[in-house]
Amino acid sequence: MRRLGLFLLLLPLLTACGGGGGVVNTEGSTSMADLLAVLQESFREREPNITVNYSGTGSGAGIEMVLAGACDIGLSSRPLKESEIAQGAVAQVAALDGVAVVVNPANPVSDLTVGEIAAVFTGEVADWAELGGTPGPIAVYGREAGSGTRGAFEEAIGVSGQCAYTNEYGSSGDVVGGVASNPGAIGYTSLSTAGKGVKALTVGGAACTPESIRDGSYAIQRPFLLVTKEGAALSPETEAFLAYARSGEAAAYIELAGVVAP
Amino acid sequence: MKKSERVMGAVFLLCGLAAVGFVLALTLYLVVSGLPAIREIGLTEFLLGRTWDSTGEPEPRFGILPMILASVYGTAGALLIGGPVGFFTALFLAKAAPPRLAAVVRPAVSLLAGIPSVVYGLVGMTVLVPALRSWLDLPAGDSLLAAILVLAVMILPPVIALAEAALAAVPREYEEASLALGATEAETWLRVTVPAARSGVAAALVLGVGRAIGEAMAILMVAGNVANMPSLLSSVRFLTTGVAIEMNYAAPGSLQRQALFSIGLVLFLFIMLINALLTLVLKGGREARS
Repeated sequence: MRRLGLFLLLLPLLTACGGGGGVVNTEGSTSMADLLAVLQESFREREPNITVNYSGTGSGAGIEMVLAGACDIGLSSRPLKESEIAQGAVAQVAALDGVAVVVNPANPVSDLTVGEIAAVFTGEVADWAELGGTPGPIAVYGREAGSGTRGAFEEAIGVSGQCAYTNEYGSSGDVVGGVASNPGAIGYTSLSTAGKGVKALTVGGAACTPESIRDGSYAIQRPFLLVTKEGAALSPETEAFLAYARSGEAAAYIELAGVVAP
Repeated sequence: MKKSERVMGAVFLLCGLAAVGFVLALTLYLVVSGLPAIREIGLTEFLLGRTWDSTGEPEPRFGILPMILASVYGTAGALLIGGPVGFFTALFLAKAAPPRLAAVVRPAVSLLAGIPSVVYGLVGMTVLVPALRSWLDLPAGDSLLAAILVLAVMILPPVIALAEAALAAVPREYEEASLALGATEAETWLRVTVPAARSGVAAALVLGVGRAIGEAMAILMVAGNVANMPSLLSSVRFLTTGVAIEMNYAAPGSLQRQALFSIGLVLFLFIMLINALLTLVLKGGREARS
């Protein structure tokens, strides 16, 4: 009992040594929480002495922190900006997050470009006739604010916060169900739920599959990046974690987080 | 007093106190978790802001006026349709119905009360919403109108049950006096029975309002859930569904999550207001009688 008390007393001292001493601090994208959770857990099995911390503050904040040397790895769910690269940010792709665009099976439209999809979701194009489909209003279905799928979709086609949704749903299953029952609907959903009762569109000719996401031919995807600063000395723990995230062993776990390993 | 009496007395007291304790704990929790976001956003911006964009970049917006109005309009609409239907059903069951017919209608109404709200939502989603879409030629049938229609059916059982009880409790002598003076049966029910039972009927309607404003599941399935300023044929988000739809993925500790608790607090205040109104109506009725 006394030993436990002593341990608890010393605990703040141990964690206060962040950066070295068996700790890897990561910070950034909230969309990467699931991915980080999977990596943390599987990495702990391999390297029980290294603790990986995660703090979800947003991609921009994560990159800023790693450039300032305040954390070991920044997490970004968008490509790096020119200004960030100029400041020495370098990225390793941990995973790719693809989003399928689905319509009702009765809809004759089967291929749209990214530009057309963006126009539909922002409300500029409101009738299927403009896209070569059966004339009729387009019902735009999406997810609620805070959903990772919504974040990925809006970010990937460049319409963050500008979407004019007809309906919002609390789960991908509900979006798919809604699209399946409305011939005029279009929606988006994660790769794994795009099958049931709906038709996944090809985007610029490319179907949404893990292969097309990996080779980049399917455009509606975003990278999950592990960002470090060029030239900055990395702790051995950080090196070990980055190497692990690249390994084939990690790839199997990465798929568990619902994303595609690069 | 016997020992067993005292023990049972203590058990009853404990159960009674537990109920009060739960209410107090819940209130305290809602206030403590709901106030920080309101303080950060500002009360007027929170209550009167017209834009809800909880993950907006660079600046999220937390105005819940669209949700407050959707809840108010939805409840009012449900009462406008369900209120009269419920009231006349109650009058029918209490006075006009032949006993055999009443024996069929009454169990049907209680069965309606026992149907879980998700089933109302399911029927609304698979039957009502597609029907509205094709009749009114809308992009999608999910709308304030769909929510109102579903809520109107959902408030029937409590309204009917309470109103019927109130109407049946009117002393038979009142009606006999009216009939003896030459009034018809319908005149008697509407001019004598209903005024005598008015506090009970009003309480039934208030109970219906409480049921409608607190409903989440069925609304979530038929209202479309976009936080638009409400209009009858477009997708709307109620206070209840506003909390329900974003809670799953709101990051712990974020302002978005705290604001959802604040919506809960506002909803709680609405329900308190309705309960106070109910108490007032019932008390007023009792005083008028004595």
